[in-house]
Amino acid sequence: MTKLFTTTALLIVMALPASAVQPAEGETLAESQTYTYWLLDAIKTLDPAKNTDVEGSDVLRQLFEGLLNEDGTGGMVPGAAESYDESEDRLTYTFTLRDARWSNGDPVTAGDFVYAWRRVVDPRTASEYAWFLELMNIRNATQIIAGQLPPDQLGVRAIDDKTLEVRLTAPTPFFLKTLAHATTYPVPQRVVEEHGDAWTQPGNLVGNGAFTLDSHTLGVDITLSRNPDYWDAANVVMQTVRGVTVNDNNVGLTRYLAGELDRVQIPAGQYPRLSQEHPDQAVSIPYACSYAYVFNVSDKGPAALKDVRVRQALSLGLNRDIIVNQVLQGGQKPAYSWTHWAIDGFQAPDAEIASMTQEERSDRARALLAEAGYGPDNPVSLTLQYNMDENHKKLAIAAQQFWKPLGVKITLNNVEWKVHTDRMQSQDFDMARYAWCADYNEASTFLDWFRTDGYNSGKWSNAEYDRLLADSKTAEDTAPLYKRAEEILAAEVPAAFVYHYAKVDMINPAIRGIPTRNVTNSWYAKDLYRLAE
Amino acid sequence: MLGYVIRRLAIAIPTLLLLIVLSFVLMHLAPGGPFTQERALPPQVLANLNAKYGLDDPLWRQIWNYVHGVVVHFDFGPSFVYPDRTVNQLIADGFPVTLTYGSLAFLAAVTVGVALGTLAAVRHNGWLDYLAVGVSIGAQVLPNFVMAPILVLVFTLWLRLLPGGGWSFSDPSFWIMPVVALSTSYMASIARITRSSMLEVLGSDHVRTARAKGMPEHRVVLHHALRPAMLPVISYLGPVFVSMITGSVVIDIYFSTGGIGKAFVDSALNRDYAVMMGITILVGALTILFNLLVDILYAWIDPKIRY
Repeated sequence: MTKLFTTTALLIVMALPASAVQPAEGETLAESQTYTYWLLDAIKTLDPAKNTDVEGSDVLRQLFEGLLNEDGTGGMVPGAAESYDESEDRLTYTFTLRDARWSNGDPVTAGDFVYAWRRVVDPRTASEYAWFLELMNIRNATQIIAGQLPPDQLGVRAIDDKTLEVRLTAPTPFFLKTLAHATTYPVPQRVVEEHGDAWTQPGNLVGNGAFTLDSHTLGVDITLSRNPDYWDAANVVMQTVRGVTVNDNNVGLTRYLAGELDRVQIPAGQYPRLSQEHPDQAVSIPYACSYAYVFNVSDKGPAALKDVRVRQALSLGLNRDIIVNQVLQGGQKPAYSWTHWAIDGFQAPDAEIASMTQEERSDRARALLAEAGYGPDNPVSLTLQYNMDENHKKLAIAAQQFWKPLGVKITLNNVEWKVHTDRMQSQDFDMARYAWCADYNEASTFLDWFRTDGYNSGKWSNAEYDRLLADSKTAEDTAPLYKRAEEILAAEVPAAFVYHYAKVDMINPAIRGIPTRNVTNSWYAKDLYRLAE
Repeated sequence: MLGYVIRRLAIAIPTLLLLIVLSFVLMHLAPGGPFTQERALPPQVLANLNAKYGLDDPLWRQIWNYVHGVVVHFDFGPSFVYPDRTVNQLIADGFPVTLTYGSLAFLAAVTVGVALGTLAAVRHNGWLDYLAVGVSIGAQVLPNFVMAPILVLVFTLWLRLLPGGGWSFSDPSFWIMPVVALSTSYMASIARITRSSMLEVLGSDHVRTARAKGMPEHRVVLHHALRPAMLPVISYLGPVFVSMITGSVVIDIYFSTGGIGKAFVDSALNRDYAVMMGITILVGALTILFNLLVDILYAWIDPKIRY
């Protein structure tokens, strides 16, 4: 271990108080401060190291607190850390923790973070999200996951109880934005070791978040209540938070309308009606996920898709306006870039395709196909694979119809989720539906996907693109690099981008403090309060 | 009779073993695994997971370890998808729920179904017959995945009488809609089987004799006709009972009961091997048990049957 960087030329101290949302003057609070929200499925785990899904993260965000939190617009604010230093070479971060306690009264220490992070990369934990610490570029994470180094070699250490030092392998512009992610939450070593896998059960679970776990019935509901020992408890108004599983979205809506839920997702296609009937309740919030049809350009893929003109024609022929306005109808936007339009600091290139009319696009598509030697007399035959889901099916049928007049014959291939994923990962497809959601609010979370060594199921590869992404890791200003990368995607069309997500929900207007301008949709129950009705 | 029961139980063991091996192999033949996901795991992470759950062993060894765990320790293993819980816990949490609403639905279906079927047969071609047949056809054609959301709409949204879903062992208002939605189509089938079987029995010689003796009609129906008429109903009920108490994916989905019906289907889709095996064994064992019970009931009802 090298000694701590003392030459911290770049001292960033966040002096801001954590911005808890407070009831405004003149608002009357409801007597019963409860918030009941809809869950599509059971919460699979409450272990931050093992959680992999969004609904799990939503609960963990209330039970635990990472070094930083997100505010209502997606900006980072202090959480368990009060302030931090960044070394000049941007490879070392030193966090100063605030005085805070676990829900069993123990102090929250830097050692708790060290223990938690080592546990994530420890092969014995077998965390499905161990890669997240690799993504954060924490020193030695990769080697520890691979079993080549012991977990105590991870680039994170407690200088004292209040000081946490994190060392990175490379400057990582988005590093701070990863620190509100559930995988980075501290866990209480004593409790984990005492109870083993059962440490997350009600009665055992100890957290450092604003809420504690009351009960958890798998597939039925989960109940949290305000933690009086939380460091900022004085500013927490909400008393009880309840997540209720309703596997059928339509029944969920019925139960919302019956007053059983305060928030529910609007089933596809119902937003226009509900926003007319309940304008104060139906909301559409940009949500950082993108939907695409990925082209398989690998050796196992069809010859036609190796021709960039065919890929361009397919992208041009897709009538995205119909898809978002007639099929989805929930405030989604047509996608002409892979990065979601609302991502922080992202400047989309001016895609020519975006400003064309659909007729112009189709004419161009026909011309491109003719150049490539295809047309109505010599149609391109391809399969479009998607996983079983009503919406994917609707979209695939629409795409099939859009491409048909261009002389493209599409066979739809509706398969079970695991089969879909398995085939995509083994390049056993022509075109496949895919969606990606941001891990953090920065464009590289999307763009890394198409790197030669990225997830990139279609195996597209471009040297300039790889170089841009590599450069972006150390660049002062990343925006032009990301913009150029998107230009390459627009020209090379490794996938036809279809639409950018929106989260379309019904929200009880009595519930205040739900962020509607954060594209990751991270919400904190400590910021919520309920008005008297 | 005792010898017969022992023989049947002895056959059950190799049957269950065969079931385990077949399910295990079929499950592993399906593409993908528990950790196949949209975001492909780095190979080393996947290797760590496979090592932790023993999925890197050859298949025969996995089967052996599994059977060994089940037989020696009654340990059905860890869930791959719910890492905080073991399969034993998942079944211990979910099975009492489906057992509760399933048994109640079974009782409701049998009581109402047999009564409707008997009435219809006794009043053959009368208005009661047409009504009973009409009701049971209606219940049959209205599948539970249509009925469930309608029930929620009517009793939760419009009338505000019942909770729209969830589960509580202490509050029966949570049970009502699952029981109604689950029992109706079974009730209809039971009514139809009872009616046709009853009609046949009512036309048989021993019934004619009973009537000729001047026995009152209700005695004829209840004492002489109903018992033999129940035979086809009972052979239908054995497997139905098992499938009702092990839950219905539709009921679990629409009413969020937390039962094992949905857990079973999810485990197959998620490739949660251990959960799927656990519930398969549970359903298999119960099926074997209740088929045996049905056979014993048969001998008790029909003295002509001897094993």
